[in-house]
Amino acid sequence: MNLYLKFDSGIAFKKIIQEQMDKLNIKYAYIGFAEIEIDDAISSARLNEINTSLCNYGIEIVENQKNILVQKIKDTIIEMVYMDDKLPTSNSYYISDKLKQRYSYISSVFSEVTYTSIENFIILQKIERAKQLISANQVTFTEIAYMLNYSSIAHFSTQFKGVTGITPSTFQRILTKRRKNNLDLK
Amino acid sequence: MQQEPIQILLAEDDEDDRLFFKKAFNDIKIKTNVRFVNDGVELMNHLTQSSSQLPHILFLDLNMPRKNGLECLVEIKRMTHLKHIAIAIYSTSSSDKDIEETFVQGANIYIKKPSDFTVLKQILEEVVKVNWQYQTSGLNRDTYLLSL
Repeated sequence: MNLYLKFDSGIAFKKIIQEQMDKLNIKYAYIGFAEIEIDDAISSARLNEINTSLCNYGIEIVENQKNILVQKIKDTIIEMVYMDDKLPTSNSYYISDKLKQRYSYISSVFSEVTYTSIENFIILQKIERAKQLISANQVTFTEIAYMLNYSSIAHFSTQFKGVTGITPSTFQRILTKRRKNNLDLK
Repeated sequence: MQQEPIQILLAEDDEDDRLFFKKAFNDIKIKTNVRFVNDGVELMNHLTQSSSQLPHILFLDLNMPRKNGLECLVEIKRMTHLKHIAIAIYSTSSSDKDIEETFVQGANIYIKKPSDFTVLKQILEEVVKVNWQYQTSGLNRDTYLLSL
């Protein structure tokens, strides 16, 4: 049986931080948006301990402002791609409006830190959402194309194939066969 | 931004191909650490030894003596502690049927073996980049399919 879960990553994040910091016996204050405050006098060895215990959860301490901005950009993009409604028509306007920074600045910091462009990252996330929707098997390709703001189903299919190397229908067929295989094994 | 090199394991019986891969990985921007095994039996021994460091990406040649790539793939996908490794199958076959079958068996990446070194380098760079997104951006591994 496959269960499809929804979850709140914010709550999970806070809980992990709380558990790990308690375990290390470090006092902290949660400031919000992936930011916590700890005592300035903390040693770098202790900082390393924090980093080591958090990295098991895919969380790492980012020192500089650029990395923080990149994380905010990624979060904003993911939030945008996973909106229940149709995606905004202008990505760049949406992102710079949310982050209150000039788009040219946002975009250059993003490329500098991640070796990829914001446009590429958005495409990657849109295809990821499309995969999730195909996998859940509740909406048609036409509906997916509309939700993710593609001008046509052909445009959607072409971009899907561009990113994954396979068409949406092949992708769907592979997932269906895999599920059947797994059921047969049990 | 990248701290640790990406761990690569290559299962390949042909020495020339091993050298090609090694050289291609040396040339790409993202840091990698490449190790080799010579065939499927050696691969399975390596992966089931508790002391072995597991790779982020495993490249599997489809045609190997003793145990071929597809057999290894099926075995690996049945072992809980190995399930999360990204598996890239590469083969000279470009038939849609072969590609689809390897994906159904659980492969994440299918590479049509190029004869040109520059093309190989581009492909490997793409694989490492995409895989890095999977390692860092929380993408779902169950729907991780990439054909190159």
